[in-house]
Amino acid sequence: MSEHIVSPKVYIVIFASLMLGTGLTVWAAFQNFHQYNIVIALGIATIKATLVVLYFMHARYSPGRTQLVIVCSVFWLAIMLALTLADYDTRPHDITLAAPQVFYCV
Amino acid sequence: MHRTGDLYGHFQTLEQQKETATLGMWIFLVTEVLFFGGMFLTYTINRSAFSTAFGIGSNTLDITLGAGNTVVLIMSSLTMAMAVWSAQVGKKKLVSIFLIATLGLGTVFLGVKAIEYKQKFDHHLIPGRGFDMKYHPAHPMAGDDLKELALEKKEVDEAFAVDPDINFHGQLYFSLYFGMTGLHALHMIVGVGLLIWLIKGSFGGRFTPQYNTPVEIVGLYWHFVDIVWIYLFPLLYLIDRHR
Amino acid sequence: MSNTPPTPDLELPDEHYLNATYGSGIRSWLLTTDHKRIALLYLASVTVFFFIGGVLATMIRIHLLTPGGALVTPETYNKLFTMHGVAMIFFFLIPSIPAVFGNFLIPLMIGAKDLAFPKINLLSWYIYLIGGGFVLYSFSTGGLDTGWTFYTPLSSVYSNSAVTPAVIGIFINGFSSILTGLNFIVTIHTMRAPGMTWFRLPLFAWAHYATSLVMILGTPVVAITLLLAGLERMFHLGFFNPALGGDPILFQHLFWFYSHPAVYIMILPAMGVVSEIIPTFARKPIFGYAFIAGSSIAIAVIGFLVWAHHMFVTGESTYAALTFSFLSYLVAIPSAVKVFNWTSTLYKGSISWDPPMVYALGFIGLFVIGGLTGLFLACLGLDIHIHDTYFVVAHFHYIMVGGAVMGYVGGLHFWWPKITGRLYPKSLSQFAAIILFVGFNLTFFPQFILGYLGMPRRYHTYPPEFQVLNVLSTAGASILALGYLLPMSYLIWSMRYGKVAGPNPWPATGLEWKTDSPPLTENFHVTPEVTWEPYDFQNRPDLGLAASARPLAPAHGDD
Repeated sequence: MSEHIVSPKVYIVIFASLMLGTGLTVWAAFQNFHQYNIVIALGIATIKATLVVLYFMHARYSPGRTQLVIVCSVFWLAIMLALTLADYDTRPHDITLAAPQVFYCV
Repeated sequence: MHRTGDLYGHFQTLEQQKETATLGMWIFLVTEVLFFGGMFLTYTINRSAFSTAFGIGSNTLDITLGAGNTVVLIMSSLTMAMAVWSAQVGKKKLVSIFLIATLGLGTVFLGVKAIEYKQKFDHHLIPGRGFDMKYHPAHPMAGDDLKELALEKKEVDEAFAVDPDINFHGQLYFSLYFGMTGLHALHMIVGVGLLIWLIKGSFGGRFTPQYNTPVEIVGLYWHFVDIVWIYLFPLLYLIDRHR
Repeated sequence: MSNTPPTPDLELPDEHYLNATYGSGIRSWLLTTDHKRIALLYLASVTVFFFIGGVLATMIRIHLLTPGGALVTPETYNKLFTMHGVAMIFFFLIPSIPAVFGNFLIPLMIGAKDLAFPKINLLSWYIYLIGGGFVLYSFSTGGLDTGWTFYTPLSSVYSNSAVTPAVIGIFINGFSSILTGLNFIVTIHTMRAPGMTWFRLPLFAWAHYATSLVMILGTPVVAITLLLAGLERMFHLGFFNPALGGDPILFQHLFWFYSHPAVYIMILPAMGVVSEIIPTFARKPIFGYAFIAGSSIAIAVIGFLVWAHHMFVTGESTYAALTFSFLSYLVAIPSAVKVFNWTSTLYKGSISWDPPMVYALGFIGLFVIGGLTGLFLACLGLDIHIHDTYFVVAHFHYIMVGGAVMGYVGGLHFWWPKITGRLYPKSLSQFAAIILFVGFNLTFFPQFILGYLGMPRRYHTYPPEFQVLNVLSTAGASILALGYLLPMSYLIWSMRYGKVAGPNPWPATGLEWKTDSPPLTENFHVTPEVTWEPYDFQNRPDLGLAASARPLAPAHGDD
């Protein structure tokens, strides 16, 4: 397994994209996209994170095993988030968390 | 466990040793993903339940410091990546230089974080008895510019009308803010320790194209900490900024 | 009829990991990086916690002899069952097989000199000790009365017992588990000997690979959860406290995301042990190797999709409950695959009743009962009736004690000759296995009936009509205690007086049996090269089986 050396040029390009992404996410936060603000913010963050993983962490040039490890970590995180949120999203609306009426003070 | 040069006795080859260390670090990062994941889940549930309080809480944060810190951290990731590259191509002096740059940027990040925590303390935004979302707009501190903190009294009053328990729910936001950034900062401190260890090694010229595993796996860790911040920044600082 | 060939008087090897000296005396143990010595350190420390948990269990059973409670106050009773659960689950069952046998055997089985990260391995033992220290501190300074599940807000606000040190202890101990799992996964990936392909790995190694997946993916979540609950208690935060806007059900989600898969941390390694014992004493290649290996991974993966079946009646949405109920049934498939394959391996095998085999057969029976009653509990409608009753208690004790502990004690008998180089008395240990089986069933089978009749768990009293079954259960517990004390005494006795075992007393096919008993510090004199398929007795002249042995029945039957 010969080691792949990523050239500094690639690092600079990735760094510039990350800076651009940071600027973009701040700009987008000040625009009113209604419920899509959070989607846009998380979308940009995910693109940035992917760039870091692929290039700074060399995942693109790593053996398949490493890539599998990365995919697994995201997959298990998704299981945890998705199945828990599935519970919250299907609760009846009259028992939401907001404004608890019962205070357990004795 | 005996050791010949850089090779520990229970490995057959240097390559096997490197492969093992790298895989070990990646798997450790998987556990970190799930570790932070539990907090992100707590954040998600609470934010969807108390969006008003989270919006107000987020607007008390200083976006300049937050965005500035993001830039600092991404720059430190770049210098870390360059340190790995320098080791791979055998530029021993550059390794030390880039590692020191990374260490410096990491320290700047932690310093800025400390300033932000101090600010929250002054503004009565530490969860607990003294916590009051109204405190700051009602009593601006000398030298504080309300506009800079993007929080006006009128907005806070409106939020109190929407959510009368906002002081409870705002505490949830700040508990999560301190929990998540605190845990992140703790990882940064560990990373700084690792960097100091690497710099010591790099002064002795230990890292060569044949043996640079420590630089590489500390690099993986450092980039991971960067990724956590890439998510924390929009999730904590950028809620409801468009009001 | 025994498979053991008559052996001449053997001698222990001159040099092995137990008498090797690096450093002096106690330091050579406390600073060792030898996976075999670390395994023995774990063996000693999990036994301590097993005793603590066992004493607490004894007190619970004595208390329940009379309907009004015979021994302690209600508050103390709450502490007894909580501390029993915490000691047994976090400090005995989870580290038991992986940290003792996994540590000892995985490098031997795959032909490596050590685990991938020997220093981290030692570190994880110290982390375990520190975590254990915190928990013992909690036990001795006020105890713990929240139930082992630490449900909020009871644990984070209302409990007056020493919750904080316990939570810190379990948080710390989690990293021990994470590091062990990490070490195993990396070792199995990168440290295999030449010729040891993935499908030549012993099933024990496959089971530990699956277990390690659960350890690294689940444990961090419970760590952060307990950290949040601990912070909530220390600083009066509100993550999980409804009075402050938090959500207790969120705690349960996060907690069970780990703690349900944690059940598979306990049972998968035991399944691995049984998969080693059964072919050895049936003298036949295991039936459906790839399916057993794959079902281990399947159990680990599906195990992560079922956690909210612990929350059917605590307020999750109906739709989520339906989904989790359905997913829970899925776990039965890979579990059944294993049971069918073990029994098919026995079919027309040349079975010998050596002690490990008696334990393994006991395991199969008890695991089947425990597993099938799990299906009752996964059923939404029925769960409303038997949720939080003794039915649940009996179910998980059948899995954890009948399954995991039976596998642990079976493994202890199977690998004891490898660990110490000596054999233990055979008839006595067969007798002990039967005692354990009988005592266990007498203790826990009545609890199924009690639960079905409606006796809730965690109560310190019960109506008088339940007394007969409770007395039966307590009587069974005393037999069960004998079933543990017997092996403990003769195994300790055998360390000095047992007959010398030789490298491969059973004989078994694994790589660990190709080296000395006890092995060298470096495990093998030369790095072995694997040229045979797993569990193949026919093409292994080195096992010393009589050449005239009758041909073995093919695994698929010959009729």
